[in-house]
Amino acid sequence: MADQLRDTIPTFDTNASDESGDVSISNWSALTHGNFAKSGSEILAIIAVAVVIIGGLEIWIRSANVKSYIVPTPSAVGSALFHHFDDLFWPHVKVTLFELGVGYAIGATIGILLAAVITQVPFVEKIITPYILLLVTTPMMALVPLLQLKYGFTSTPRIIPVALAAGPMVMINAATGFRRTDLAKIALARSYGANTFQIFRKVRFPLALPMIIVGLMVGAIFGVLTAVGAEMVSGKDGLGNQIIYWQTFSKYNYVWSIITILALIGIGIYVIFYQIGKRWASWQA
Amino acid sequence: MQVRHATKYYKTSTGAVHALEDINRDIQQGEFTCIVGPSGCGKTTLLWGLSGLHELTSGEVILNGTPVKGPRPEIGMIFQEANLLPWRNLMQNILFPFEIKKIDPKPYKERIAGLLEEVGLAGFETKFPRELSGGMQQRASIVRCLSYDPELILMDEPFGALDAFTRDEMNLLIQKIWMETGKTIVFVTHNVSEAIFLADRVVVLSPRPGRLAHIFNIDLPRPRTIEQTFTPEFIKLVLEIKSTILHGNTPSK
Repeated sequence: MADQLRDTIPTFDTNASDESGDVSISNWSALTHGNFAKSGSEILAIIAVAVVIIGGLEIWIRSANVKSYIVPTPSAVGSALFHHFDDLFWPHVKVTLFELGVGYAIGATIGILLAAVITQVPFVEKIITPYILLLVTTPMMALVPLLQLKYGFTSTPRIIPVALAAGPMVMINAATGFRRTDLAKIALARSYGANTFQIFRKVRFPLALPMIIVGLMVGAIFGVLTAVGAEMVSGKDGLGNQIIYWQTFSKYNYVWSIITILALIGIGIYVIFYQIGKRWASWQA
Repeated sequence: MQVRHATKYYKTSTGAVHALEDINRDIQQGEFTCIVGPSGCGKTTLLWGLSGLHELTSGEVILNGTPVKGPRPEIGMIFQEANLLPWRNLMQNILFPFEIKKIDPKPYKERIAGLLEEVGLAGFETKFPRELSGGMQQRASIVRCLSYDPELILMDEPFGALDAFTRDEMNLLIQKIWMETGKTIVFVTHNVSEAIFLADRVVVLSPRPGRLAHIFNIDLPRPRTIEQTFTPEFIKLVLEIKSTILHGNTPSK
């Protein structure tokens, strides 16, 4: 049964040179493939492709005379990032990361705890599931103006949607992990006289950990999207707010600079969780 | 160990399954008992009943004078597959029972090192289960079981998933360990020659519901060798037991 599961559940590979077509996180991206910089020629190829794509974009935009409100040239975006990162963008990066951090911490903690509870007590799952579905399907953006009425121009109207968006994602994945009970391993622990808590801590939790990490990653990405969306709808700062702000001034290179920063935050989240997975869940290779 | 009127019904969605019917058996200290029977006859059910992991519907198991109501510290279990925890390395797996039982493993360190040496796993302490072969994994689980020195060892088709050569190797190892330690062992298998090779007594169960069909005393001299399993005497025993399994409690004697 374990082998069947392994085929469908994303896994963290330790051997980066894995050439099988498994459904696994490590195969999603070349960025994090352990020893991707195996040789000079590989690095060269990666750089060459990047140069061709970015350079090609630059040449195409200039030669086809694409308007900057459609896509600004990469050089204009790069220059904006370089010259204005400290004064224009960084303060807002801090705002967004703060909202993300607080909201995510709350949402993820509640998500993992709820997952542990519902998988142990099926009755609770029946009660909770409709509300979780409600949370997943509710557009968080719709809540933001209402929250702003109550909390004003604080970060709270952004933090709450982040928690509400990240929590269910963490919970659903973690619950999948906690349901992967291996009866033989639980029997093993029981044969040594393990109590319920020991079984949870020493068997169920480690068994669920790979899926919990996947959930934490998905939750973090949902958290970023929700934080930015909430900033667009309300408030006076944050990266989402700045996208709207610079659009009204037709500063499209600034808009695209912010989009680039958000993409980098997303990649950063991915890399962090990949490394966590490699460290704590590599047994599932 | 005494087994009294052990009976077990399973509840399933389609009704109750009668797995065991009135099993009675005394097992002496230091005795090597093998349980064989057709598949689905309740061998494993009986073993799990003995271990206290599963409750019997009626009847009782008495170990050292007290009824077994749940897992007991003097029982060690070896499972169908090695059942190592894949997120722990070999040494961490062996120390797993100590963690659960909250025993300080320090006084056992030497014993564990000796056991690892004996089963040929010295030097593999930091390897993870996926880096070990099936035979090595099962040997590690034997060390894990012996590490805390249980009196009674229950083995549930431990070598069923291993190839024939590895199985022979493991049987020799188990015989050696049993002769050295004098543990009481109850060993469930569907392999008749394995049962004869290892056991003092082979207990044959009838098809479901499992009843005691017959008990064979195996008086072959020890240590037994793999060559011995090809002697006419041995093969005659195999045929007798197989016919008992096929035809129920009418041994062809």
